[in-house]
Amino acid sequence: MEIIQVLANGIILGGLYACIAVGFSLVWGVLNIINMMHGSFIILGGYIAYFAFAHLGLHPYVMMPVAGALLFGFGYILQRGIINHVISAPVLTTLTLTFGLDMIIYNFITVVWSATPRRITLDLGQMDLGGILMPVDRITSFGLAFLLTGLLFLLLRTSRVGRAIVAVRMDRDAARLMGIRVNHIYAITFGIGAFMAGASGALLAVIFPVTPNLIPLFLGKAFVVCVIGGLGGVPGALVGGLALGLIESFAGHWLGPQHMMTTGFLLMLFLLLVKPTGLLGRKGYE
Amino acid sequence: MRRYLLLAAGIVVIVALPFISDNYFVRIATFVCMYATLALSWNFIGGFAGYPSFATAAFFGLGAYAGALSQRHGVPMVLAWFVATAIVAAFSAVLGYAIVRLRGHYFAIGSIASVEVLRLIISSWSSFTGGGDGLNVPILPGGPDYVGALFLYIMLGIALIVFVVAELVARSRIGFGLHCIRQNEDAAGMVGINTAAYKILAFVLSATFCGTVGAVYASWTNYIDPTDSFEILMTLKVPVMALLGGVGTVLGPVLGATAFIIMEEVIWAQFLELNRAILGIVIVVLIFFLPGGLLGVSYRGLLSRVGIVRRPEAPHVR
Repeated sequence: MEIIQVLANGIILGGLYACIAVGFSLVWGVLNIINMMHGSFIILGGYIAYFAFAHLGLHPYVMMPVAGALLFGFGYILQRGIINHVISAPVLTTLTLTFGLDMIIYNFITVVWSATPRRITLDLGQMDLGGILMPVDRITSFGLAFLLTGLLFLLLRTSRVGRAIVAVRMDRDAARLMGIRVNHIYAITFGIGAFMAGASGALLAVIFPVTPNLIPLFLGKAFVVCVIGGLGGVPGALVGGLALGLIESFAGHWLGPQHMMTTGFLLMLFLLLVKPTGLLGRKGYE
Repeated sequence: MRRYLLLAAGIVVIVALPFISDNYFVRIATFVCMYATLALSWNFIGGFAGYPSFATAAFFGLGAYAGALSQRHGVPMVLAWFVATAIVAAFSAVLGYAIVRLRGHYFAIGSIASVEVLRLIISSWSSFTGGGDGLNVPILPGGPDYVGALFLYIMLGIALIVFVVAELVARSRIGFGLHCIRQNEDAAGMVGINTAAYKILAFVLSATFCGTVGAVYASWTNYIDPTDSFEILMTLKVPVMALLGGVGTVLGPVLGATAFIIMEEVIWAQFLELNRAILGIVIVVLIFFLPGGLLGVSYRGLLSRVGIVRRPEAPHVR
């Protein structure tokens, strides 16, 4: 029974990780940029949900699309205004730039809202699923995260914009020749990445406290999920997220919670060496 | 040539500093030497070979812990620095063997992850490393002025050694090979350069002296802890310094580190709260307005544009 409980915890955690990482993975896969701001985007989404809850009494799940939309705008402008100018520069330049921009956002958050953890308490209680105990807020957040990830998959699969994004990822020059406005698609993709971060930030705000101290943690999860699952696609992020959730859950159970994160990172380093394209990655897509 | 005269003048100023000013300036100069060493080291892999490494803090922190733990187990201070250097060199050879095969983004992620992994291991292994409480390192006798001057000279000495090594590498076959790898790795491999060996060598060079400096830093500050030793800010700052000075040159990282630390002291000390934001703004300005770094700016052209130096007239074409 205990094993099933650990398994269930891992799956719930994994669904949330997938939602955290899918935007990061999309930006990396399509724009070829490591967005070091992703963790800050998540926490910004969390703050939007928190303040709407504390001052206006709005439910965080209602705020989820709002937080996402606000961050979409922010991401679109950042990409169009700043990052796009160095889009074809070497990794060192683009990574240093997003790292630097992240420092600015981080500093903004700590000065304006301070590092005090803020928490949204919904008090939904626990649910007993045939012997497995699970907090209700976790289950609902997991469900919504899963839904969001699925919607992104549909968007990429069926919509015009989605097909354009996939086309740009496959071959930028050919996509341009087909009349796709590549710069616009880049900015949209970056915006979608920010949307997913902001929305998952609102979902996480009911589970984790909102504080800038969690920024590196979330960013680290996005790294690990992308390397495990492979880049640029929703299925890769789902597989990577679930794998990481399960591994952390079992590592926490068997080795003790202090080794959860180390195990994840070590697994990532190992996978980088043996299969850098990830479990679902295909060559030529990175 | 004029640039080297400038460097020599800088060294003379640093050597004279303990005699002409107080401990505050000695401390800043020590930091300048320390970061110059780190930036010069980073330049081996990031500048010469063009591999975006963000692992500086891993080597620095590992060196600090190796040195501090050796000293606490009775190894004499200077010997402990050598032990730390050897440990970091060996660690980087193993890590390098594994990750230099990765390219671009994956290499960057792998190097950042190595900082995180070491930090997590050291903070959770508290029976050996003291965990989050950190470690105390024995204090040297002799009073703050004497100790400050001593560590300034030691850091300066290490920086000079790295500088000479960098000059030698830049002028040798290895430097040429790394330059080829930076330009086009596949072509370099095809003309017979053993790219894997060259990259591992560059990676080890980029780590070794960071380990020494880390150990010296631990003896200098007498206290280290995991968050301070494996600081993510340092891993970003050091490449930024090299970028600021001019990547791939030998003098660039020295100039960048000096300019950066002085700027940090003069400007940032006034706005302690905005420390990180200003670093971010420096990065944005650097990338957009100074892509070649300070050494890449044509000062003559700049001066002539403002009209201080007259540009030679173009010859008349009949």
